Amino acid sequence: METKYISQSGIEQWFDAIVTSGKRVFAPVNSRGQVDFKPVKKLSEVADEYIQTTQSIKASVYPKAEVLFSYEKVNGKVNLTDFDPESVPETVLWKVHPCDAAGFKPLSAIFNWDTTDKLHNAHLAKTSVISFSCSAADESCFCTSVNGSPGNTAGSDIQLTMLPDGGAIVEILSPKGEALVALSPSVFVADKGEKKEKYLVDLPVRFNLEEVNAKLNKAFNSTVWKEQSERCLGCGACAFVCPTCACFDIQEDAHGSKGRRIRCWDACGFALFTLHTSGHNPREHQSQRWRQRILHKFFYMPERLSVVGCTGCGRCSRACPVDMNILEHITSIAKQ
Amino acid sequence: MKKLRERAAELLSQGVVSLVLGYEEGTKRPRPLFCRNSVNAEKLIFDSRCIHNLAVYITKKELVGKERFAVTAPISTLRSIMQLFVENQLNEEKLLVLTVDLNGELREFTTFDEIAAYVAQFELKRGEREQELLSKIEGMTREERWKFWMEEMSHCFKCYACRSACPLCYCSKCVVEVNRPQWINPWPAPLANMEWHINRAMHMVGRCTACGACGDACPIGIPIDLITRKMMEDMAPEFGYIPGQPAKQGNALSTWKLDDREQFIR
Amino acid sequence: MSEQNTYLPYLMTIEKVIKEAPGVKTYRLKFQDEAEAEAFEFKAGQFGEYSAFGEGESTFCIASSPTRKGYIECTFRDTGRVTSGLASLEEGSTMGFRGPYGNVFPMEEWKGKNLLFIAGGIALPPMRCVIWNALDLRENFKDITIIYGAKTVNDLVYKSELKEWSDRPDVKMVTTVDPGGENADWKGEIGFVPTIVEKVAPSAENTIAIVCGPPIMIKFTFPVLEKLGFKDDQIYTTLENRMKCGVGKCGRCNVGKLYICKDGPVFSKEELNLIPAEEY
Repeated sequence: METKYISQSGIEQWFDAIVTSGKRVFAPVNSRGQVDFKPVKKLSEVADEYIQTTQSIKASVYPKAEVLFSYEKVNGKVNLTDFDPESVPETVLWKVHPCDAAGFKPLSAIFNWDTTDKLHNAHLAKTSVISFSCSAADESCFCTSVNGSPGNTAGSDIQLTMLPDGGAIVEILSPKGEALVALSPSVFVADKGEKKEKYLVDLPVRFNLEEVNAKLNKAFNSTVWKEQSERCLGCGACAFVCPTCACFDIQEDAHGSKGRRIRCWDACGFALFTLHTSGHNPREHQSQRWRQRILHKFFYMPERLSVVGCTGCGRCSRACPVDMNILEHITSIAKQ
Repeated sequence: MKKLRERAAELLSQGVVSLVLGYEEGTKRPRPLFCRNSVNAEKLIFDSRCIHNLAVYITKKELVGKERFAVTAPISTLRSIMQLFVENQLNEEKLLVLTVDLNGELREFTTFDEIAAYVAQFELKRGEREQELLSKIEGMTREERWKFWMEEMSHCFKCYACRSACPLCYCSKCVVEVNRPQWINPWPAPLANMEWHINRAMHMVGRCTACGACGDACPIGIPIDLITRKMMEDMAPEFGYIPGQPAKQGNALSTWKLDDREQFIR
Repeated sequence: MSEQNTYLPYLMTIEKVIKEAPGVKTYRLKFQDEAEAEAFEFKAGQFGEYSAFGEGESTFCIASSPTRKGYIECTFRDTGRVTSGLASLEEGSTMGFRGPYGNVFPMEEWKGKNLLFIAGGIALPPMRCVIWNALDLRENFKDITIIYGAKTVNDLVYKSELKEWSDRPDVKMVTTVDPGGENADWKGEIGFVPTIVEKVAPSAENTIAIVCGPPIMIKFTFPVLEKLGFKDDQIYTTLENRMKCGVGKCGRCNVGKLYICKDGPVFSKEELNLIPAEEY
């Protein structure tokens, strides 16, 4: 890992060089009253004043709907066309929050434990992450409680920490990061010895992860799930904005003799998610589905995949129509 | 508010109701509260910030059991409750409706007629936001409107928060989940999203009371409530409805009359 | 070598269609690609994802025995979009198969033991795989008892095989139908499966019981076995949670820390005790 300094004009020059290189660049853009990742060509399009994008960068490595393969029926035979990794364009994600970049690890843990996932890995290979450390947070943020921090570099290829002069400390974290630096090497100069920590928001730890884990180990039959989930509407907003939620459905897009098999996002909060053909539903009640969501992220994933299924980004809390605040709920479980 | 809390505590402690569905302070704004004892009644609030339509909960079997319960309801919720009555989804004997009127007085309703008489005083009007957006949309050509909505719908990721937040979306199996035949492609994609939203709107025609819960619930800010509101406004004069009043004569798309002026339906 | 796409199915030709019962069919499937056929291996208990191109995928066990090489068989009931799409296919047409997935019945460990098979209705297929596997390696096992029941005589599947098994001197075969499900020619038992198990009363001594059936049958059969002296590590079953991917990723069959598709579908009762019963 190498640390450099880049000036304000250097950032502009470098950004232009990335765009000119032909890579797709996605960055937070403020439009329709929401800040979300969109394709950008100019640095001026990138949003400034916001705490968090509504959606995570998950879709860049796990699209909302993606063709697994296509088929064609010809004279009783079937021809299959596999997903082509070469069809995935080189993509740079600009101004990603550390909590978002950190989501790649749990996502990949799900997709690649045991068998590997060709599609996810193709996207991952073509995606470079330039994160910006956080100088601000809101009441929904809690990365420091789930092994993260406002300056966490996990999942990033480069991390920028913005300085008062408009320039930034540049941490070059991977070969992909080096390749991005190489697009405009002259704008990266020697590190000025500034301490990154000085520019990070101070976010107190709100709960102890081990404590939560220990509580959850004994909480399956607790009344807390019903209490907490009574107001839950059972929509998929929390799962879809989450950087680590990976549950999916497989569907058929049929057009006569041709068609495509599609993988699309699904959510464990939906009532029909676990419904058997027989009509039996092991998770009939919303409280059981809420329990699954929390246990999966904070208990099953740590046990099974050695990674927490939450990065503390707070998106689910902000997106929830009825204020199912995950920080509040986890904190109350920890205190039980 | 004090009166509401006292009355809720009284209803609960006397066993008149087993649950008061109300509002409490939330992270940024009030949120639904399931109040089951008089101690929790202290948390109840009721003011202009309380906009969640709690009528969404009152048809859920797992939440509302055999016991009588109370629900605190601003005007928009009262309208939904009336529509649910019209659709035979509620039992008057199980429901007690509480509201605070313009004079700050606590009002209690036990029948549909009482609610209807109260709500009749209030005309359903567009708010500032609705007026601004709808007049913008009304000023568009058909092509511009299609483009506007296609762009808005392209952001939809089918979390179905709109459906979940709507008091009138109480079907246990939604049309989008029917796959024989597959009416609507279930994955998110611009056209498949449009299919869903058109279907949703069509199922709301003559039923929607313009409470705005769907638009409010949308995590990505698609103003979908405007579609059903506009349809309500447009069809009311055609079918003799009063916007925001329950469709006692039946819902436009599920009833017909012998003397309908259209030929195709006879 | 480029990474394999887990979701790309093998192409299979439907070689034979057997109508088992109303709405229930068995397909014998052959790999269209010889190299794939050659490389394919599976064990009793495993399942797969079967494709009707144009409709989607459905999850069933492999109903044929691994001792019968060169093909696999599946038995399914026409209940939804995919199974109805599959049911409409004819001999010679193409369908897809992904698998084998999941864990296996520990048949190696069962050598020298008595085997007691208890199945209900459409749950015979996962057991048929084990039954044939055991019969093809008959010398490895002691007494073999099969208790199979269905709602009505019509609903019994694998009718010719039921006869074959009951004709064998080295198999004790008991068939039953629910009260009212019999017809004039019925010579088997009449009664629900758990009742018949109690009546037949097989010895628990050195015996493994394999139970497959609807949840309600399993629920009432376990206590009967317990009464007969079966310990939890002598009882096996398969779970059939809803699945989409089959490889532990889509999230549907996650129960506790386990994925039914990866850690199951085969569980001993001892293992079942470790996961919450309400979730399967």
